[in-house]
Amino acid sequence: MIRTDRERNEVARYSAALSTADEQAPASGFREPAPTPARETSARAGDPRKIRIDRVSRSFTNGNGSEVRALEDITLDVRTGEFLCIVGPSGCGKSTLLHLVAGLLSPSAGELWVDHRRISGPGSDRIILFQELGLFPWLNARENVEFGLRLRGLKRPERQQRARHYLQLVHLAQFEDSYIHQLSGGMKQRVALARALAVEPDVLLMDEPFTALDAQTRDLLHDELERIWAATGQTIVFVTHNVREAVRLGDRVIALSYSPGRITRSLDVSLPRPRHIEDPQVALIARRVLQHLRGEIDKSVRAEYRHE
Amino acid sequence: MNKIVRQFGFYVALIGLWQIVAMLKIWKPYLFPTPWNVVEALRAGFADHTFWTGMAVSMKRMLIGYLLSCVMGIVLGIVLAQSRFLAETLGRLVVSIQSLPSVCWLPVAILWFGLTEKAIIFVVVIGSLLAVAIAVETGLRNVPRIYLMAGRNLGATRVDLLLHVFLPASLPHLMAGLKQGWAFAWRSLITGEMIFVSLGLGQLLTTGRDLNDINQVVAVMLLIVAIGALADGLLFRSVERIIEKKWGLATTNA
Repeated sequence: MIRTDRERNEVARYSAALSTADEQAPASGFREPAPTPARETSARAGDPRKIRIDRVSRSFTNGNGSEVRALEDITLDVRTGEFLCIVGPSGCGKSTLLHLVAGLLSPSAGELWVDHRRISGPGSDRIILFQELGLFPWLNARENVEFGLRLRGLKRPERQQRARHYLQLVHLAQFEDSYIHQLSGGMKQRVALARALAVEPDVLLMDEPFTALDAQTRDLLHDELERIWAATGQTIVFVTHNVREAVRLGDRVIALSYSPGRITRSLDVSLPRPRHIEDPQVALIARRVLQHLRGEIDKSVRAEYRHE
Repeated sequence: MNKIVRQFGFYVALIGLWQIVAMLKIWKPYLFPTPWNVVEALRAGFADHTFWTGMAVSMKRMLIGYLLSCVMGIVLGIVLAQSRFLAETLGRLVVSIQSLPSVCWLPVAILWFGLTEKAIIFVVVIGSLLAVAIAVETGLRNVPRIYLMAGRNLGATRVDLLLHVFLPASLPHLMAGLKQGWAFAWRSLITGEMIFVSLGLGQLLTTGRDLNDINQVVAVMLLIVAIGALADGLLFRSVERIIEKKWGLATTNA
């Protein structure tokens, strides 16, 4: 199997994160935060369950014809308005899970539901923000944001107005006429976010969106995302391999195992918002999750070396 | 400005060299004309309207043939990109047929359509159609999958995807194909006109040879080059600039 540099880097980052976690491990006992009841926002809605993932498995056939089990027997409910983070080593099927919810893939077994409707294809109620962004280079920033609106048949003035509103929301109003190649990595990320938000989906699915960014830009985008989420009340499923990022953002963190991906742990994060990634409590909980994930990461790293 | 000065200087030097070679009289004047003889031939040709007529007739055929081949080539390219079966069967056949010089179709065209406009336009169409189709197919197949997923994710139907994702995404390829198609069409036209007498610039070349008039032959050759360069400069360069501006220089050749 061919491994990209990006994936190799990911492994290196993991190992680094692990060793720091070990050095800083507290001598005294660490108490896991008690699980908290569902957030108030979810109690507001009639049914607290926005997304239901019911015993879902997904396999792929790889290049040499053998079957790879990416996800196995995943059962998971996502509450309305919840910010759910999914962490796990590379190759644990995190992205596959998002693509299943987005309807871009169909499960090998099991069912997925959103608002009591079975997911059978893409829908504008669930928008995914890809790791590779997929911004269209032939359109400028505003036209990219307008894309989903144009497909919905919105008239030009309304479309432009809404696109400008969302570009403002991500602080890119003055770059609406720029083409994608003229924007920096963080700006592209924000255009992609605005494009997803402009469709006004109930569910925002984010696939390692901030991986390629420098730390400052990423922190800034964390703050913006938290602000926008608080304002819109959307349900967010956020996939990352960065445990601290998951704890900083999520109401709940789900850990997936490596190949096949199974849910091995679910942890409520009841820290007050707004949070910061450098908060000691965030670091503390992240360390806890990392220790739990350690065995899975080892497996992932060993598999990567085997393939080389 | 500097670039224009350099180019102007180059052509002045080239014509100067030509004049010197002609004055050395290495070849007889009826085999190697001076620049002035050619200018004189151009003037005479435009004065008695033969060049104007030739250009008008050729351009009309070119426009009809080229537009037809663009429309048909784009449609054929889209069809070929739709299924692997079609690409492996029809697509392979198209690539093989493209190796046939378009003038080889002239006998068939004359048998089918007689010595008519249709025959010459057929040769022009067949000359560029396949190049356009292949470029469109390649362009569509090389659209990164992420654009397709992003489009579906934002609610695009199959038709939306084709019109708003696949076609714009393959525009750099498409433009390269249309440009190549134009060059092929132009060559096919002139070749066809030379063989099958029917006004047009190609025929003027043949007449020049029949009359042993090297001045006219070179003058018409210059006209053919000038029209080709003009089309390239006006039509394609401007579109290419737009693509460069949008996509960025780095991705234009991707």
